[in-house]
Amino acid sequence: MRLSQIADALELEMCTTNCSLDCEVTGCYVSDILSDVMANSKEGYLWITIHIHPNIAAVSEFLALGGVIVVNGRRPQPETLEKANEHKIPIFTTKLSAYEVAGRLYGSGLRCQKEC
Amino acid sequence: MIAETVFNQGFEVEGGDFVRGGEASCRILEILKELAFPPSIVRRAGIAAYEAEMNIVMYADDGGLELTVTPDRIVIVVADRGQGIPDIELAMRDGYSTATDEIREMGFGAGMGLPNIKKNSDEMKISSTLGEGTRVEIVIKANHGEVRCEDSRPCAES
Ligand SMILES: Nc1ncnc2c1ncn2[C@@H]1O[C@H](COP(=O)(O)OP(=O)(O)O)[C@@H](O)[C@H]1O
Ligand SMILES: [Mg+2]
Repeated sequence: MRLSQIADALELEMCTTNCSLDCEVTGCYVSDILSDVMANSKEGYLWITIHIHPNIAAVSEFLALGGVIVVNGRRPQPETLEKANEHKIPIFTTKLSAYEVAGRLYGSGLRCQKEC
Repeated sequence: MIAETVFNQGFEVEGGDFVRGGEASCRILEILKELAFPPSIVRRAGIAAYEAEMNIVMYADDGGLELTVTPDRIVIVVADRGQGIPDIELAMRDGYSTATDEIREMGFGAGMGLPNIKKNSDEMKISSTLGEGTRVEIVIKANHGEVRCEDSRPCAES
């Protein structure tokens, strides 16, 4: 599923400015524990979290994630967006909860691709 | 310096700086990409370096990462000046953490960092002196091909 399709379907608000949405999302992971995300998400995944600090951009960069959806209407800090723009990692925000976002993504057919 | 070094560079890390924390590992990630290591190796090195770097940010005064690349391995030495680790075996346990509430609120402090480093490296050495500091050596062998499962599930036949 394309990231642009997901952004439209869930009416996500884009926070970053120079990131392409024309990429394939390979899965999704929901967690607010950074080490857990490091251990269990894969390249191209969307990450659903409540965190707004710059380390979400760093973690996404290390894992080559497809993007981050910040939930509950929270807004990424300016330093976070700076880093995300630099590394071209799309970050979105939504008023929906993590449960709602994950549920809708699953309902729309998004599944996690096995890597190997 | 190790014989046959093809690349060597050090990066400084400041304790307590959560905004810049991770930038040293990010540079290492970029360098390894430029050196054309396979993505799975770059990723493992990046995760291990980042976990170790954030431990300096969280638990030490200051320190640094030193990246050394030889034809067959990537070595990242992460050393700091700080409180040190009283019981390394305990610290290595999955879930063990002495992180403050403030650190936990940021999503760190799940006690998965050192286990993640071990999981993503081929060799990991850790030593520490109380009141002086901690040294973590991460070795990733670069000569055994790029296909490697990152989790314990068996590989599917392709
Ligand atoms: N560089 C360090 N200096 C001092 N203590 C450390 C350092 N790295 C790790 N520790 C100790 O080991 C524990 C476990 O570390 P880790 O597995 O990375 O989990 P976490 O960072 O989530 O606490 C830490 O909570 C801390 O007590
Ligand atoms: Mg840690």
